[in-house]
Formats: sequence, structure tokens, C-alpha cells
Amino acid sequence: MGAQIRVYRQKISSTTSMRKIFKAMELIATSRIGKARARVAASTPYANAITRAVSAVASQSEIDHPLVTEPEQIRRAAVLVITSDRGLAGSYSASVLKKAEGLNELLRAEGKEVKTYLVGRKAQAYFDFRSRPYSRVWTGGTDAPEFETAKEVGAALLEEFANDFAEGGVDEIHVVYTRFKSMVTQEPTVVRLLPLEVEEQAVTESELLPLYEFEPESEQVLDALLPRYIESRIFAAMLQAAASELAARQRAMKSAGDNATELIKKYTRLRNTARQAEITQELSEIVAGADALSA
Amino acid sequence: MAELEVEIVAADHFVWSGAAKMVKARTSDGEIGILPGHSPLLAILAAGELAIEPVTGDRLAVVVDGGFFSVDNNRVVIVADNAQLGDSATAGIR
Repeated sequence: MGAQIRVYRQKISSTTSMRKIFKAMELIATSRIGKARARVAASTPYANAITRAVSAVASQSEIDHPLVTEPEQIRRAAVLVITSDRGLAGSYSASVLKKAEGLNELLRAEGKEVKTYLVGRKAQAYFDFRSRPYSRVWTGGTDAPEFETAKEVGAALLEEFANDFAEGGVDEIHVVYTRFKSMVTQEPTVVRLLPLEVEEQAVTESELLPLYEFEPESEQVLDALLPRYIESRIFAAMLQAAASELAARQRAMKSAGDNATELIKKYTRLRNTARQAEITQELSEIVAGADALSA
Repeated sequence: MAELEVEIVAADHFVWSGAAKMVKARTSDGEIGILPGHSPLLAILAAGELAIEPVTGDRLAVVVDGGFFSVDNNRVVIVADNAQLGDSATAGIR
């Protein structure tokens, strides 16, 4: 057997086994994406209720809460970057990191110092490889985030926010994550969490927020509400990122599988050609040999 | 008589919703009972149990560990960090 045929056979068998892996990963991502989307949906009532309550408190009372007032001067900003733990998801982590780099540059151009907080091993690897400093990193379970993690992240960020600038505290908090728009579109997004920008939604007569009484006092209510609001926003971002990660992985694995199929086809053709060439050569050698004898 | 429309949500899942005659909750200041027609209220929940008396069926107990609830237009939204439907037999016995 010719050396060429053997090489093609090896390539075909290795591509076939890779295709098996791609197919399996695609199936896993597909089966988990439904669950991830269901979790996004399940967390929506909580997020809605809390957003409504926060806007009610913030729009009604003349409150002077550190979490809602814009500081005169923003000198340091915290950026939370949410990526995945594992690769094989196409450009998912890369595009979040690119977005984060853009934000970083923008903030620096405005004369702000940037403190980076990372979620996911991919972000950690990116920063470690470039020897860039980061304040804290959370890894593990980015494709199925726990509320506990969001709580921890929220607590860490709020602590920094409560600190003075001189003690290394931050004046604003940004989050970079991938928003799950649909199965085919996921968009890297930047949101500013703090100071709070309570979205003034166009309110219709029926949606007009009622005049709430507060129990105990509006300040205490806000004190208790805002950390929860931040946690819920971070958790929502993590859930969206998880759904996006799985969707990106599914798509990447689908096209990898398709490419593997293409390659197998190509190598099979090449192998057949090589085999045929070998046969033809052998035949012509035999014929030439017979001719030489009879001549 | 008017009814309360109650909705209980936890951070990562939906817990319960339905019509109720009364909701009894524990705030950081003390216990509060909500009947239909209550004025709009936004209060902080203390960790503990809250009792809901549905229009039909037995009294429900929900164990929460902190959160808040809002009342407006006979709509009660209970937002808990963690909520679990407790044993209805022990509800309201405190």
C-alpha cells in the first residue's frame, strides 16, 4: 500500500473521531440551552418586581442615598467582565473581552482608573497571559450560574463602592456581559450598574406608580433594596451570559461538525484517487512487463 | 369582597401566585396583616414565616429569609431571596 493512501486514511479516521466530539458537544449545548433559557425566564419576575420597587422608591422620595447620587467626580471605575470557563464556543469570550477592552480605553480616556473584576476562566487566562492586573476573579459554573455567586460578586462590588477613593474604592460600576437576544444573536453589552440610572419608562395612566408608604423608613427600605437590586442585575447578566455561551457553543460546534464532514469527504476523494492511481500504475507495469517478454 | 392578588417570587424561581383573603407577614418592625383594600406599601421582610389565607383551600405558610414586599391595588408582590412553601398545618401558629 502506498504511503499516500495511508496518510489519507489516518486523516480520515482522526477527523471522524473529532466529528464525534463536535456532535456530542453540540448535542449537550442544545439540551442545556433550553434549561438556561428557562432559568432566564424564571428570574424575570424577581427582576421585574425589584426594578419596579426601586423605581418607586427612587422616583418618589427626595432621597440622598449614596447608591443613587452621582458623585461629583468619578475617578475610579470597576468593570465586571463576564466570560465563560471553557472555550469551544466560537468567538463568545473573545467578543466580550474585546468589548471590555473598548470600555477600558474609554474610561481611561476620561481620566478614570479602572479596576477589573472577572468571571470565568477565559477572562482570567486572557489577563494572566498579558500580565494585566485584576482585582478579583470568580471561576466555575459559568454555564449554570448560582445565585450565591451573584451575591458574592454583588457584595464585593458594593464593598468597593462604599469605600472612599483614597482607600481604593470605586465611584462607578460597569458590567460587560453577553446579552441573549435570540438563538442566533447574542450581543456583548455594557451596562452601568452604579450610580443607579433608574430608567424613566414611559408610564401610562394605569402603570403610574402608586404612592407607597414605607415600612420602616424610605431610607432603610432603599438600604435593603439596592443591594438586592444589584445582585439581581448581576445574576440576570450571568444567566444571560450562560444562555449566550451555550448558544455560541452550539453554533460553533455545529459549524465545526459540518467542516469535519466536508474534510472527510475531501480526504475520501483524495484517497480514492490515490488508490486508483496506484492500481493504474501497477497495471501499466504488468502490461509493460508482458510486452517486454513477448517482444 | 375584593381579593388580594398574591405573587411570591424568589431570586431564581417563581414560588406561588393566587387569590387570597389575607396575607400576614413579618417586617423588620413587627408583624403586619394585609387585607384587601390596603394602602400602597413597600416594606422590608424579616426572616421567618409568612402566612397566606387563600380564597379557597387551606392556609399556606411560606418560609422566607429576608426580602421585601409591595402592596398596591390589592396586588401583593412578595420578593424573597429564598422562599419555600412550608407545611400548611403549622401556618399561623407562632
